[in-house]
Amino acid sequence: MSQQLRVNPIACTGHGVCAELLPERVILDEWGYPVISPEPIPPALRKAARRAVTDCPALALLLSGHQRAW
Amino acid sequence: MNASHVLPRHDRHARPGDPSRLLQAMDLDAHLAAYGPPPYGGRQLIEVVAAAGLTGRGGAGFPAARKLTAVAEAGRRAVVVGNGAESEPASRKDQQLLWTAPHLVLDGLQLAAEAVGTTRAYLYVNAHPGFPEQLGSALAARAAAGLDRARVQLVTAPPRFLAGEESAVVSRINGGPAIPRFKVPPVFRRGVAGAPTLVHNVETLAHLAQIARYGANWFRAAGTSAEPGTMLATCWRADGTVEVVETAIGVPLGELLRLGELPAQAVLVGGYHGTWLTSGRAATLPLANAGLRPAGAAVGAGLLAALPHGRCGVAEAVRVVRYLAAESAGQCGPCFNGLPRIAAGLAELARPRPRPRLRADLERWAGLAERRGACHHPDGSVRFLRSTLAIFGTELTAHARGKCSATSHRPFFPVPAGVPASQADWI
Amino acid sequence: MSGITASTALWYASRATGITALLLLSVVVLLGITVDRQGRLPGLPRFAVTGLHRNLSLIAVVFVAMHVVTAVADSYVSISLAAAVIPFVSSYEPFWLGLGAVSLDLMAAVIVTSLVRSRIPRRAWRAVHWLSYGLYPVAVVHSIGSSTDLQSGWLLAVTVSCVAAVAGAAVFRLRRSLRAVPRSGRVASALGEAAGGLAGGPAADQGRPR
Repeated sequence: MSQQLRVNPIACTGHGVCAELLPERVILDEWGYPVISPEPIPPALRKAARRAVTDCPALALLLSGHQRAW
Repeated sequence: MNASHVLPRHDRHARPGDPSRLLQAMDLDAHLAAYGPPPYGGRQLIEVVAAAGLTGRGGAGFPAARKLTAVAEAGRRAVVVGNGAESEPASRKDQQLLWTAPHLVLDGLQLAAEAVGTTRAYLYVNAHPGFPEQLGSALAARAAAGLDRARVQLVTAPPRFLAGEESAVVSRINGGPAIPRFKVPPVFRRGVAGAPTLVHNVETLAHLAQIARYGANWFRAAGTSAEPGTMLATCWRADGTVEVVETAIGVPLGELLRLGELPAQAVLVGGYHGTWLTSGRAATLPLANAGLRPAGAAVGAGLLAALPHGRCGVAEAVRVVRYLAAESAGQCGPCFNGLPRIAAGLAELARPRPRPRLRADLERWAGLAERRGACHHPDGSVRFLRSTLAIFGTELTAHARGKCSATSHRPFFPVPAGVPASQADWI
Repeated sequence: MSGITASTALWYASRATGITALLLLSVVVLLGITVDRQGRLPGLPRFAVTGLHRNLSLIAVVFVAMHVVTAVADSYVSISLAAAVIPFVSSYEPFWLGLGAVSLDLMAAVIVTSLVRSRIPRRAWRAVHWLSYGLYPVAVVHSIGSSTDLQSGWLLAVTVSCVAAVAGAAVFRLRRSLRAVPRSGRVASALGEAAGGLAGGPAADQGRPR
């Protein structure tokens, strides 16, 4: 089951912690907000992705199984 | 402002022989004489609606039966909402329908409530002068006649572009501002007061009320097999008149806009989140997604606007994009950062000698804004922007040299002035 | 004799772990205030600030636990375990220890909700986390009132510095959030900025450049 990282753009206030923890999937745009790559999260990145979700100060990230309706 | 000033004259037929189903003015007595009481019958309604192929008439075009099913199966006591906010400034069809034939809409609301097993319903409308009162008395008349099984509460929408967005509707009914929220969990699972909520455009409900009486085959007698039925279209013609037309789906835009007699330089399909087409292209395309999608457009909520010769499409677009930026809910970084910059950029692009990097900046901001908000406002705004740049390339080149081909600079499309600045503007 | 020595050792341990816990708590709260769009400690990436904030808070919990256990175990004064968690039921210094129990309860709420923060509703976590602004002053007052250690000398100086640092950071953060443009005004302010010709420019939700 592949996982997908998604941001709640309303909760997100652009802290940027996610981009530091998961640079393989997240970069910051010129206004400080995350641009998240739509590629699924491979097993090697799972731990970092989970950490990004837990560490986001705004709790704005979601990690989800690919087929689940969010 | 009295009703005849607010609402345009409407055409009952797009062309002779087309069915006129919805727009027949009726008070409750006339309505009951013509249709009888709502045909309460329960869950089978969803099957009939599915067979009829009714899709939402609010712009998204989602199959109505699927929404009904999702809410009916949600397992807890649901809420049904008739969305009549019609927040697109140029659209008039929902207002026309609610003014002319409110009881079709209210029947549909009752039937939808029964189909999902609830007695809680809301009607959400703009506070046009006289509207809430008119609808209030329609509801009172129905209550006196004992027609309604679900209790209907009237809620007014603020005059904001996003006020009609599904989750903004729910937010407003819940007592907060009419701003969208993140769609997890979706509205059909958690909406008004945390309950599964069905939000249907008022025109969709009116069609539903007729399908319940006349069946799926009747509904399919008009339109195309892929996109059956009739729809209401707001037509802004090149002579400056605006009319709400009830038409079968699939009628050519050229007929609806009378492009033959009233030539235009371009046609905007889908309102301020829509797409420009050249007049020549538009004339041959049908009001149907099958024909419009290859041209990058969509039926949406049936808003068609012809821009006459002698007007400046660039100037119109600058005003529209500034309006779209001002109407952002200000919740999502990419939107409230991107849209104002895009608006300023387009305004600059319309002036003589824009700086060389402006196009690249506009495209970058557009790319950063789209699909990164909680709702589709940035997406639609970017679509309109890109379409403007594509269709009005020649005009923009002229503007860069300080020239404009327009003979009149009076605004053509209705764009409200002012920028919402406080929370009160969203309630 | 050995009983008295053991008891004295426990009593000293309780005071020492208590002071350490207070120091750690001060750093934790300071870091928490710093976690913000704009705030960064020089040289530290943002995830390090959040990471330190979490890790130090867990270490602080350990020290608080040791502080409570040694205080309860010690027989020099009689403090029951109940008195450590239920405010104001202690027979020894009910008021000052009661404050300790209050701050312990608040701390437990903050820590537990934070451990499960990705599983509880966002708003619930935030609401409980705000209790930290109450937890810290109560812990400070408890510390100063419960024993004479912090009431004079270099420990008093250290305590005052910690409190001053936290208070200063809190005031700084408060002023910034009072100046921040609220949601409904963000677009009006961004349109104003954008029209002023700022091509790249500041993010529109801040009252001033990034």
